Amino acid sequence: MGDTPEKTCNSAGAAGPGARVTMADLKAWFAQEVLPLEAKLIQYLRRNWRDKSEIEDLLQEVYVRVYDAARKELPVSARAFVFTTARNLLINRFRQQQVVAIDAVADLESLEISADDPAPDRAVIAHDEFRRLQAAIDRLPARCRQAVLLGRIEGLTGREIAQRMAISEAAVSKHLTRGMSLLSDLLHREPGESDPS
Amino acid sequence: MTEPAAQPNAAEIKERAAEWLQRREFWTWSKENQAELDAWLAQSSAHEIAFIRMEGAWNRTMRLGALRQPMRQSPRETRHRWTFILRSVAAGLAVAVIAGASLAYFNHTPEKTFSTTIGERKTLKLADGSSIQLNTDTQLKLRVDAGQRHAELLRGEAFFDIRHNDHVPFIVVARGHRVIDLGTKFLVRADRGDLEVSLVEGKARIEVLNKPGQSHSAELSPGDVAVASAGSLSVVRKSQAVLATEMSWQRGVLIFDNATLAEAVGELGRYNRRKFVIADPAVARRTIYGAVPATDVEAFIRVARSVMGLKVEQRNGEIVFSQ
Repeated sequence: MGDTPEKTCNSAGAAGPGARVTMADLKAWFAQEVLPLEAKLIQYLRRNWRDKSEIEDLLQEVYVRVYDAARKELPVSARAFVFTTARNLLINRFRQQQVVAIDAVADLESLEISADDPAPDRAVIAHDEFRRLQAAIDRLPARCRQAVLLGRIEGLTGREIAQRMAISEAAVSKHLTRGMSLLSDLLHREPGESDPS
Repeated sequence: MTEPAAQPNAAEIKERAAEWLQRREFWTWSKENQAELDAWLAQSSAHEIAFIRMEGAWNRTMRLGALRQPMRQSPRETRHRWTFILRSVAAGLAVAVIAGASLAYFNHTPEKTFSTTIGERKTLKLADGSSIQLNTDTQLKLRVDAGQRHAELLRGEAFFDIRHNDHVPFIVVARGHRVIDLGTKFLVRADRGDLEVSLVEGKARIEVLNKPGQSHSAELSPGDVAVASAGSLSVVRKSQAVLATEMSWQRGVLIFDNATLAEAVGELGRYNRRKFVIADPAVARRTIYGAVPATDVEAFIRVARSVMGLKVEQRNGEIVFSQ
């Protein structure tokens, strides 16, 4: 258990040797199949890793491994592949550590990954999406929110936003950067779960 | 597999990705800028992923674009309005709402373009109670104020459910033709060579642009489907059942009624970026019957494998169907 299970859930499709996934397909696959798993993945990492300050880096490492592996061939089940990769990463990390939390490893080893979890009802997803969008926007700092809304809702350019808010263009740039960054966490994760640290 | 070195500073890379994205979205963006961004992306997978992730979230906020609300409100009121909007769309479709307050907005900028990406759907609600549903990969220009209701379908497909108003007719322009509502629900499709207008309910007239009242026009009643190209206009009749099938995308599903695999795959291709290839003409002619989720390629593959007994391979990013 836990040696190289990545192989077992890799694609069964018989791509020839040297077959490569195009960049566009890889990106589309990652955006459509992998990113929607982020909330669950973060939850999984948090549950199994004590040092919460390392979660972001762990997440990134899982993503990089998944992304690089998918360059050769897209896995049939993104879900199984992502969580297997996460588990292997954590197991390796545990092994490198001096002190291991026994309960955490036990939890990890017994993890069952189901590729066939029934997809939630579409109506629920859509409703969730709006709830999340609302919550995310509401949680942005006031000026950030204003800049984002002016850009997104009124379709203003950066320069126009600066005029409207009567602040410098550099400041608008900062607000938008921060807004986008916060939104990426808020939207890819469950509301209330992303504590910007 | 060797253990890759830990990627340092996920948070920093994230900020950097956001910085790039806002520069591209909101400021002048030159070829040189694009080259710089490309170079940054090429530096590591972590950069690429961070950027894909940032774009993904940002694209999801696009539906905010249709929420016309006055900007200067107290945060409290803003929250209240959001909640209201959310309740009104609790039915669960991906909905963009133009709230009642929108008229003031439209007076300032009377024209606004709405679009959907591949696989996306969007509903625009107008203050007068009309609604417009945009199907996948669609672009629609809308001009609505007290004196006019005017839409231009630049590409794709849209379903119009229009509250009739004798004084302010609703006009849809597409591919050099004009559709004038006379109290109507109708579907306009401009994603292929010809323009197709299907009338579901009520009455409408279709005419060649700039030549009102000429012979090149037709009145449509329910079940009529007008097929218009540059030189011709013909009307065929379709049963309500067939029309309902063609509009199933509104619920996010595609219904195939003895469609050939070639047709089904063509239709699915409108909603997905993945490329489909049918390796064998005999396979292309096989027919299928049933419903699949429009954006769920995997579900379609499962059906092809288990129900049709086909071989489905993913090759060079293409999905290949064979015997």
